[in-house]
Amino acid sequence: MLGTLTTLMLVAPEWVLRWTKEPRGNAFWAEFVVWPLIQILIVLFIVLTLVAYLVYLERKVSAFMQARLGPMRVGPWGLLQPAADGLKLLLKEDIIPLKADKTVFQIAPIISVVAALVVLAVIPWGAAWATIANVNIGLLFILAVSSVGVLGLVLAGWASNSKYSLLGALRSSAQMISYEIGMGLSIIGALMFARTLSMSGIIEAQQADGVWYVFFQPIGFIIYLVCALGETNRAPFDLPEAESELVAGYHTEYSGFRWALFFMAEYTSMLVTSAIAVTLFLGGWSFPGLGLIKNQTLFVVVSIVIFAAKVMVLIYLYMWFRWTWPRYRYDQLMDLGWKWMIPAGLANIVLTGIWYVLALPKSRGGVFGLMQLGLRDRLAPTRWSGIIYFVVTGFVITIPIIWLVLAAINRRTRDFNLHAQRQLQIKLRAKRLQKHAEPQAAGEGAS
Amino acid sequence: MREQGVDITPGTLFDAEEMVINMGPQHPSTHGVLRVILKLDGETVKDLDCDIGYLHRGVEKIAEHDTYAMITPYWDRLDYVAAVSNDLCYVGGVEKLLGIEVPRRAEYLRVALTELQRIASHLLWLGTHAIDIGAVTVLLYAFREREEILKIFEDFIGARLTAHAFRIGGLWWDAYPEFEKRVRDFLKILPGRIDEYETLLNANRIWLSRTVGIGVLPADEAINLSLTGPVLRGSGVKYDLRRAQPYSVYPEFDFEIPIGENGDTYDRYLVRMAEIRQSIIIIEQALDGLPEGPVMAKVPKVIKPPVGEVYFGIEAPKGEIGVYLVSDGTTKPYRMRIRPPAFINLQSLRRLSIGHLVADVVALIGTIDIVLGEVDR
Repeated sequence: MLGTLTTLMLVAPEWVLRWTKEPRGNAFWAEFVVWPLIQILIVLFIVLTLVAYLVYLERKVSAFMQARLGPMRVGPWGLLQPAADGLKLLLKEDIIPLKADKTVFQIAPIISVVAALVVLAVIPWGAAWATIANVNIGLLFILAVSSVGVLGLVLAGWASNSKYSLLGALRSSAQMISYEIGMGLSIIGALMFARTLSMSGIIEAQQADGVWYVFFQPIGFIIYLVCALGETNRAPFDLPEAESELVAGYHTEYSGFRWALFFMAEYTSMLVTSAIAVTLFLGGWSFPGLGLIKNQTLFVVVSIVIFAAKVMVLIYLYMWFRWTWPRYRYDQLMDLGWKWMIPAGLANIVLTGIWYVLALPKSRGGVFGLMQLGLRDRLAPTRWSGIIYFVVTGFVITIPIIWLVLAAINRRTRDFNLHAQRQLQIKLRAKRLQKHAEPQAAGEGAS
Repeated sequence: MREQGVDITPGTLFDAEEMVINMGPQHPSTHGVLRVILKLDGETVKDLDCDIGYLHRGVEKIAEHDTYAMITPYWDRLDYVAAVSNDLCYVGGVEKLLGIEVPRRAEYLRVALTELQRIASHLLWLGTHAIDIGAVTVLLYAFREREEILKIFEDFIGARLTAHAFRIGGLWWDAYPEFEKRVRDFLKILPGRIDEYETLLNANRIWLSRTVGIGVLPADEAINLSLTGPVLRGSGVKYDLRRAQPYSVYPEFDFEIPIGENGDTYDRYLVRMAEIRQSIIIIEQALDGLPEGPVMAKVPKVIKPPVGEVYFGIEAPKGEIGVYLVSDGTTKPYRMRIRPPAFINLQSLRRLSIGHLVADVVALIGTIDIVLGEVDR
């Protein structure tokens, strides 16, 4: 339903144009109404099932990491557990606190889940027809819509009329806003090479260059991963719902299916951020040797499988993080966001820009002339020399420079050098003990 | 308007500069039914007060109506994650009152069981402390090893948690045939497992930044608050009842008392990990030198201690647990007073927490290592 609305929104201008120019034809309906609807239904069905099974996967992964078995009772190896959970949540009593703001309380989870689901429209699940809407500002659209998700959390925390919820909501709004900046900065480096905001365009650019942008942009990739963790409220940045501190954060007062919507939103946004990372940095659905498949349908199916596999690798990485690391404290999280991620992102943009300008063709003011005009008038390092140049600058020069910059910025930060901090305390303690020792000695002398 | 020591002024969230928040008694990380009233400025703790008593059963009063032997199971339910240590305290107190000499074999077995219990208690502490800070996996690993100890207890004593391990005068049962082998097998794997936890935590930057420099307690203040156990030793005071006031057969064993340097949460963590390693050494020595002989002294059927009073304290996993018994010559104590380590250590929470953030309060409740069964009695 909502996906339909989005697609309608996206195709509406073109629709109106055609309506005024051409007589209504079957081809038009098929292309802009029927086919997108089928796509939306398929994607929604698959993604929602996948989200349910992501929860199952998370439980299994955590269980295997923790010397347990995880869900085993419902179906073979507990495979029907997601269905049982969903059913249970649907049948649960729907509790709205007496003093809650009822309307907002009901709307908040919907906003949250819609913001997460709408983004699915522009994700390139595979080659050719596997994308619902190939919008030329796809990435911008994703960043814009996923920011709306914060609104859902803030409203939920506010409407619950509970202090824990409010604290959770405040935390999450601050956290998501600060990490969105870092996220926005981290993708710019990759966009410099892709020269487009269209998701499919970015993948095509990587195919044309013959290299995934993670090799050009290692720092950008790392910043993106960290910020995506912060953006999706996953451990070690799961402060908004830190169970040991805030009970359950913004959704403390939610139960039943409303709670499930928040849960769904969280896992969907995990899926979406992984999909963006795959698109931007890991070549999307492209893979060496994929061009050997001549059958068009098979090609698309294989591309979808490759895309899904890459997304799953990243999601597994997220789960691995979650079950290994402790949680950051609120101020440390903000430190990491503002003093590490954002400066690193800015420095990365500047350095990438310098390498890029230096590598431009000599006619355009470059020095090395390692780039040529390629597809769609896009300047790209098509030769091996260019690719090696960017990989070397990315890994060997950019990483140390950014490390030095960050170390300089954070030299005086409390958490930067734990060893120095401890030494300081030992010194203070020694001083304190000295102070205590002196009067005693004086007392002994007097007696 | 003052309630429980924290100033609660009426007003809405935005009128008041400070927000009073109620952590507990039903809260995931207050380790039971502790209610902590926090006065927050943003997320910084301005003031804090603990409200206890939700688990109060009046054990000390109940004891006045029970015979000496009947009281022991109540002690299991004080610090229910270290029941064996509690039993040693009470039983030792009664034996001191009666003047009974416990057989050496019983003493050695008691030491072995108590140190196993110390390991189990510290493992449970490690897991819950880590989960408070957000590292969930450590809990499951710690429970895996604790399970082995509980199985050994189950086969020896008959119960896993509330063991009722010791009787006045010794032990009810001698060790079962495979006891020694099973304990040795367990001790063989344990050091490697502790290394595993330490690789998960010690080198972890997040763990360090969450624990280093949090809740620093200098030695003088720790003594003034009359803290005992790892909380005191973490501040660098070498005070352990096993050495300071030797009881049982501890003087015969060779072990060290680990102490911390800075008195922060990280040092208290290091002290407890080192204590687990020292306990392993003690148990090995106890098993090596396990003498033959009876495990039960000659104790009269009806226990009627002479008129008098006695204090007996031992080093429990959480600190000094002590019993003060007054006998009026009848079969029931005239008065029994418990010195609960967790209750006294909990008093330091306010001192530790003020100025830190909410997330640190959770870590600090964990680092004190409280069990509400003992705090509330």
